[in-house]
Amino acid sequence: MSINATLIGQAIWFAIFIWITMKYVWPPLQQAMAERQKQIADGLAAAERGKQEQELAAKHAADALRTAKEKASEVIAVAEKRAQQIVEDAKGQAKVEADKVVSGAKAEIEQEVERAKQQLRERVAELAVAGAEKILKKEVNAAAHSDMLTSLKQGL
Amino acid sequence: MSAEGGLTTAGYIQHHLTNLRVGEGFWALHLDTLIVSGLLGLVVFGLMAKVAGKATSGVPGNLQMFIELVVGMVDQQVKDTFHGKSALVTPLAITIFVWVFVMNAMDLIPVDFLPVAASAVGVHYLKVVPTTDPNLTFAMALTVFGIMIWMNLKVKGFGGYMHEIFTAPFGAKLAPVNFIFRVVEDVAKPISLALRLFGNMYAGEMVFILIALLGLYQLPLALPWALFHILIITLQAFVFMMLTIVYMSMAAESH
Repeated sequence: MSINATLIGQAIWFAIFIWITMKYVWPPLQQAMAERQKQIADGLAAAERGKQEQELAAKHAADALRTAKEKASEVIAVAEKRAQQIVEDAKGQAKVEADKVVSGAKAEIEQEVERAKQQLRERVAELAVAGAEKILKKEVNAAAHSDMLTSLKQGL
Repeated sequence: MSAEGGLTTAGYIQHHLTNLRVGEGFWALHLDTLIVSGLLGLVVFGLMAKVAGKATSGVPGNLQMFIELVVGMVDQQVKDTFHGKSALVTPLAITIFVWVFVMNAMDLIPVDFLPVAASAVGVHYLKVVPTTDPNLTFAMALTVFGIMIWMNLKVKGFGGYMHEIFTAPFGAKLAPVNFIFRVVEDVAKPISLALRLFGNMYAGEMVFILIALLGLYQLPLALPWALFHILIITLQAFVFMMLTIVYMSMAAESH
């Protein structure tokens, strides 16, 4: 072992290799590694954000579903009420109509009865006259007895 | 083993531990250390620079993923230990870990493969593992030492650095003692860094050479030692890197 000028040569080699590493090896590698680290971190953050957004969306969806269900049940309740009301209304109208028809019919019947009575009265007078004619075997002057017939009609 | 038949055991070991040297005295150069460490560095850092240039922040390819794994591990160590702000510390730590690791890993190539191949083309000495050459480990340790002093000056300023050297840990009244303590502390750092790596790798290489001397019996021994050595290789690269980070963080923080 002897120390000689090789030492100077080796120091020069060493300096050259330090320079190469410092200029051409370390900076690009460091940059690439830092960039990749950042990309991975960003990716993880994005995934986290996506997960949160998805959770939020799921919550929104659940909320919307619940609101829709509430609204639907409300609509159904209103509709049921309305249907009941319509049925009630229809029932009322039908009753009024029926009453009207019944009362009309009653009035008509009364009228008919009245008319029948009238006719009957007329016929009774005729019958009475005819009966009296037959009884008396002679023609009776209707005009002469009109007072009596009228009173008879009114007496019925 | 013993491909250079006729050699003595001592000669075989000696041959394996001799660098390919040109020149004499201090201005001699260990060509094998310089060439092997330089080629390994160029290949590994060239590959890393190529992959880093095409690095994508999207899904990485296998090679990019592997490099990011290593670089990310080193960066994590730096983040855990070094709390200052510096564009230099992480690249420095990456360079040390990767370079020391690949140079140490040359130890896993069976000891005779490359020397025999080299002698076939006329190169008679080849020490394959550059980290078994103290020139390399001291060069790295002293460079780290220089960066450490530069970091001290940059963070604390000249005044602050001097103040720290002469007043910590006993206060201004014992300035000479503080200074001596500090010198011992700081000089110990590069020496321990360099000798730790050199000693571990040299000893490991020596064990490989001794195992290679056993003839056929080396087969059941070389494999487990190589497996253990994978741990040593990685651990030494990690320790060198870790201590460098610690020294940098000590330089960047006040006592």
